[in-house]
Amino acid sequence: MFKILQYSFYDLVRSRWSYVYFAFYLVLGFALLFLNSSVSKSVITLMNIIIVLTPMIGTIFGVMYFYSAREFTELLLAQPIKRSTIFLGQYLGVALSLTLSLVLGLGVPFMVYGVFQSSEIWNFGLLLISGSFLTFIFVAIASNIALKHENKIKGFGYAIFIWLFMAVIYDGLFLISLVVFNDYPLDKFSLIVTMLNPIDLSRILILLKLDISALLGYTGAVFQKFFGTNTGMFASIGVLLIWTGIPVYFINRISAKKDF
Amino acid sequence: MKQFFIVLVLTYGFLSEFSNAYANTIEVCETCKISTITEAIATANKGDTILINSGFYQEGEIIIDKPLVLLGINKPIIDGNSKAGILIASADSVVINGLIVQNIGVSYIQEYAAIHISNSKYFTIENNELREVFFGILVEKSHYGLINNNQVSSNAVNEVSSGNGIHMWHSSNIIITNNHLSQLRDGIYFEFVTDSHVANNISINNLRYGLHFMFSNNDSYYNNQFINNGAGVAVMFSKFIEMKRNRFYKNWGSASFGLLLKEINDAEIEDNIFEENTIGINIEGSTRINYKNNNFIRNGWAIKIRGGCYANIFDHNNFIDNSFDISYNSKMNDNSFDNNYWSDYTGYDLDKDGIGDVPYRPVKLFSYIVNQTPETIILLRSLFIDILNFSEKVSPVFTPDNLVDATPKMKKIQ
Amino acid sequence: MIEINNLRKRFGKVQVLEGVSLEISGGGIFAILGPNGSGKTTLIKSILGMVIPQSGSIKIDNNSIEGKWKYREEINYLPQIARFPENLTVHELIGMIKNLRSQPANDQDLIDLFGLAPFMDKKLGNLSGGTKQKVNLVLTFMFDSPLLILDEPTTGLDPVSLIHLKDLIRKEKEAGKTILITTHIMDFVETMADEIVFLLEGKIYFKGTVNELKKKSDQNDLEHAIATILTEENV
Repeated sequence: MFKILQYSFYDLVRSRWSYVYFAFYLVLGFALLFLNSSVSKSVITLMNIIIVLTPMIGTIFGVMYFYSAREFTELLLAQPIKRSTIFLGQYLGVALSLTLSLVLGLGVPFMVYGVFQSSEIWNFGLLLISGSFLTFIFVAIASNIALKHENKIKGFGYAIFIWLFMAVIYDGLFLISLVVFNDYPLDKFSLIVTMLNPIDLSRILILLKLDISALLGYTGAVFQKFFGTNTGMFASIGVLLIWTGIPVYFINRISAKKDF
Repeated sequence: MKQFFIVLVLTYGFLSEFSNAYANTIEVCETCKISTITEAIATANKGDTILINSGFYQEGEIIIDKPLVLLGINKPIIDGNSKAGILIASADSVVINGLIVQNIGVSYIQEYAAIHISNSKYFTIENNELREVFFGILVEKSHYGLINNNQVSSNAVNEVSSGNGIHMWHSSNIIITNNHLSQLRDGIYFEFVTDSHVANNISINNLRYGLHFMFSNNDSYYNNQFINNGAGVAVMFSKFIEMKRNRFYKNWGSASFGLLLKEINDAEIEDNIFEENTIGINIEGSTRINYKNNNFIRNGWAIKIRGGCYANIFDHNNFIDNSFDISYNSKMNDNSFDNNYWSDYTGYDLDKDGIGDVPYRPVKLFSYIVNQTPETIILLRSLFIDILNFSEKVSPVFTPDNLVDATPKMKKIQ
Repeated sequence: MIEINNLRKRFGKVQVLEGVSLEISGGGIFAILGPNGSGKTTLIKSILGMVIPQSGSIKIDNNSIEGKWKYREEINYLPQIARFPENLTVHELIGMIKNLRSQPANDQDLIDLFGLAPFMDKKLGNLSGGTKQKVNLVLTFMFDSPLLILDEPTTGLDPVSLIHLKDLIRKEKEAGKTILITTHIMDFVETMADEIVFLLEGKIYFKGTVNELKKKSDQNDLEHAIATILTEENV
């Protein structure tokens, strides 16, 4: 698997898109720090961007890669290599190279602006962890879409829809249901619904750091326990791991049955 | 205020000179002829000084009924054995200095205190350490006092069975400075207290409020720190209070505020720092209050306005990285917000005059939604919410449409 | 060597293989013929494990290939269309396949044979179809495996390379290997193939030598023989 990962990774690292993505984050990082002049303000702005952007780039890039790597895949399938090895290797190659672009692209400007000397280092670190999780999760989801649908246009359509749904529509429905069922106790419900969407989950993970003062304003006991202790942090990371595991499992399953 | 200081200093100076010239000194120690404080007071004359040497004095209900100076040498310990109050003064010009007073009785009927001053003028309570108190320093119907550099602590767990650190009732012209108050019900409590000044105190980990004003007018508090209390400071039913250069920090919880204002008017709130509180300032029924040069940093809500607030002016404040800057529960607004710096402001300044060319709307639609359905807080910073906020910004429907800062600063106000 | 039993494969609504049974006993060149869409490539890909059949079994050397991958070490496959990752250079691609298979390879001889030396550092995306096909041939013939599967090997080749290819195939045959070829060029079949497997509508219509096929259809010429079969079927 490592060999496949290596080839996918190098293939991507040398592709134009990786550089574009890397450069985008680099520019974004410097621009934010330059315009905001405070690391903490930049971290907050960055959070809004990462939560939305990493899943989007992850899905689009993931779908694009799996379609364009079709030849590579077919070439490998005729070789004495296990199927799951091929697909997991490619998946990891894509996810890792995107994560690397993210971490380096943002890491460099923040390092230059002295994030290590700042108290923001934990928030920033958490931001990168969330971004990486989202990349891994959404590349995996995208891989599933690309494996399921031969038709590229369809695949892209589904990928964009899934991103849009998770990033925007889901929260809209969530908000509406909270407002409609206002009279019922909702704190357990809202925590569960949050867990069911990795974007919301990573958002919560970051909120725990940035907005704890506001979160503790809500009286519900379940909220208090979740946000007031380390439970929230561990639970969120745990569920994010599950969220990564499930689509990866499905990559394996779908690829085992697929014809090429 | 200044005049009051001069009067106090003069009085204190006069008194101490008087006692030096004409008074006697009585010494108390465990092996001395006089081994209890009660005994020493009984033998003392007006204006005498009682020197209490270091040691352990198990005494309670020590009545000080004449002007005396109680001076501890090397921190003697007076232990009340958790039975009742300990030092009870009802005379003028009492000085209590350098004592450790501990284990005060807890009562649901009596207000037992480590130091109880009543109907007294010109008292001084200084450099004492009051531990495991019910009430720490209780002052009633007294005037012209100084409470300086005391440490008051307890281990309060609920509001009913705990008392206040410095409790003032029907008093005036008191100066409270450099005290450290922790784990009490209220750090400092004022009821019907006028013309008094609270400065440089630290009030920390108290169950209810760090500092609490009820029906108290013309008071001021400067340079204090209020950390991790139920609420930093509560000012209720009071007028003409000056609040300056204080720090309100990490007052966290579902009913926690940096500063709670209720039915107050004509106050000045300047140069304070509100940092990481669930709610920076909670305002209810407050009129003609000037908020100037305050810093609101990383609070859940910087300012929550609950209604009945008129003619308040928010000018030259910094609002930095708060989850919500301003929250209103109605569409009405009679307060003005001008020349503030808002870290969430995204406008531009083409004429480079340091003032944004587009007005800023500090009330977000989402803060309105959270007021209605508190659980929605979990959607904070979601893209969907940003889109909602944006549409509300373009055409306000739920939030007061005249609530704008027309002259938002581009840079943080120093 | 290869034993296929009642193989069925459906893509959506299209039944491509309808119970194909075939035994190839090893050694020699086997041409798999049939009109477009008759299931030639599907059959080949099933053997390689790239297509997963609905039912039926494939055994190679008496071992079922289902869910296995190791057996592909014994197979060299030339895909129908030479499609490669476009970012890699020829050199890297060959290196990669060598690395992945970790078997001895005589790639250098083949590179010389097809005159690929000037293209070694070019990216695959920039190569012409014919050159890509040559790279494809190098990748296929550089390993020493007992089974070769060639899907349309002649596509896009110039006459000189075609001669080289024929030589290569003959050499492999002389070494006692089994070679499966699909092609539409009958001339190539007539000169090269020992046996013909004729697929029609997902079934094996005929299996035997070229001469047997000619006899069966009463034609002297292979092309006509096949045309006759096809028209008969249509009538």
